[in-house]
Amino acid sequence: MSAAPAAPLLDVADLHVWIEGSHILQGVSFTVADHGVTSLLGRNGVGKTTTVKAVLGLVPRTGRTVFAGRDITADPTHAIASLGIGYVPEDRGVFAGLTVAENLRLAERRGQTPRYELVHDLFPELAKRAAQPAGTLSGGQQQMLAIGRVLLNENRLLIVDEPTKGLAPRVVAEVADAVARVAEEVPVLLVEQNLALVRRVAGQAVVVDAGRVVHTGAVLDLLDDAERTRELLGVSRTSAPATHPQGGTA
Amino acid sequence: MSTVVLLVVTGLGLGALYFLIASGLSLIFGLMDVLNFAHGAFLSIGAYATWWASGHLPGAGSDGFGFLVSVAFGVAAGTLAATLVELGVIRPLYGRHREQILVTVGLSLAVPALIQAVWGADPLTFPRPALVSGTVSLLGAAIPTDRFLLIAVAGLVLAGLLLFGSRTRYGLIVRAGVEDRAMVTALGIDVRKSFTLVFAIGGAAAALAGALGGLYFGVVTPFQGTSLLIFAFIVVVIGGTTSTVGCAVASVAVGMVQQFANYYTVAGLGDIAVVIVLAAVLLTRQGGLAGATAGRVA
Repeated sequence: MSAAPAAPLLDVADLHVWIEGSHILQGVSFTVADHGVTSLLGRNGVGKTTTVKAVLGLVPRTGRTVFAGRDITADPTHAIASLGIGYVPEDRGVFAGLTVAENLRLAERRGQTPRYELVHDLFPELAKRAAQPAGTLSGGQQQMLAIGRVLLNENRLLIVDEPTKGLAPRVVAEVADAVARVAEEVPVLLVEQNLALVRRVAGQAVVVDAGRVVHTGAVLDLLDDAERTRELLGVSRTSAPATHPQGGTA
Repeated sequence: MSTVVLLVVTGLGLGALYFLIASGLSLIFGLMDVLNFAHGAFLSIGAYATWWASGHLPGAGSDGFGFLVSVAFGVAAGTLAATLVELGVIRPLYGRHREQILVTVGLSLAVPALIQAVWGADPLTFPRPALVSGTVSLLGAAIPTDRFLLIAVAGLVLAGLLLFGSRTRYGLIVRAGVEDRAMVTALGIDVRKSFTLVFAIGGAAAALAGALGGLYFGVVTPFQGTSLLIFAFIVVVIGGTTSTVGCAVASVAVGMVQQFANYYTVAGLGDIAVVIVLAAVLLTRQGGLAGATAGRVA
């Protein structure tokens, strides 16, 4: 008799989102395992970012979202995040008028000892630039700050939305290393279009198209099937260097 | 020369009054996206509570320490009113901007009407402590002493707000929330507590403006807050809707323009001059004087 499969850490069922009359998510359902990296893939504008925002309660939604066995569908964003979900948004979400140190200090959670050693070990630049306003950091440094901010606390799940978007190739490699290292410690839901990074770090793939999940399965099974990859993601080359298709800044 | 000195100091005094009203208005709009038309009502409550306390509250009075107690009572009343408005009226309407405007406009009319119903429409003479009565001679100009008090208090409030923003966790949350409220909540922070705090701070500053406005004008009237609120809105637009320093600079600019225009042109033209300055700023710097740095509370 085989053991029952472990319950997913995050279970999203029939998620619907309407924004200004548009039906953006049309019944998205997927699960995130309690280990490794689950990647949320899809072309531009298919609803990946809206999906993670809906999970976090940042946009009005219907459906059912269960995190670690608890129904969080009706919870406000701050309560969801306090359960141990760290969020690195697509636009990095650093506070430009606050210094690097203040951005990190803001992320400290009550009842937890902030892990500054870990953050500064991973991103020494943040320690050097502690007094610098975050708005004056380069794109790569801002991304490090955004990731560092969620690592400050012991989270149970990280949601990372396109961490390499808009970054220069050498910075992409650094951020990719950080994501890979982070994924060793905590489960990650990774929204990413950089398929080389996905291939490197992710185990499971969830593909969204036109507001619905159209494929779930192992990342390698998908990316090794060029025809299927082209059909679902609109690209064929998946083993290129981990640079972002849209280019970027340091 | 003495005329210019007089106009500069009285302009600064008027600017100080505007700053006390506009700083809270700016914080509330910056953090909460709430256009709080009821802000003038907090000023009226502060003014009337101070006036009432000076004659009725045990320990309070119209001079010396008693006057300080009266002002403290007025500020407490304004703070309490602002807190209750936020908790009872604004909070259930978050994100519903039209309803928020309607309800705050309603309050801005209801509170002065209530005050008028209780104490009448006639101006009431405001207590004037001996310390701020009379004038001080400065470079040949006889300047009313209360102007210096206004300037000093506004300076202290500015310093306090900047310290609050840079040294306290709530200040940090407010500064971050002004930039990106959703991201603050995504960090696990219940930003609604900060909303209440900001409303209370704004109400306290407006109530203080009410008490000091009573000194400035010598009287209090039910609609004093409403008429001053118009200039506070102009200050907020000119200064940039999210910058306390920009708000202070704009307050001084508006106060000065009003005083100089009223003196050197026709009395009453100062108000029109302020509107011209507002139009000029909007045409040249749409984010207000704070411009691109409008994201900063400090």
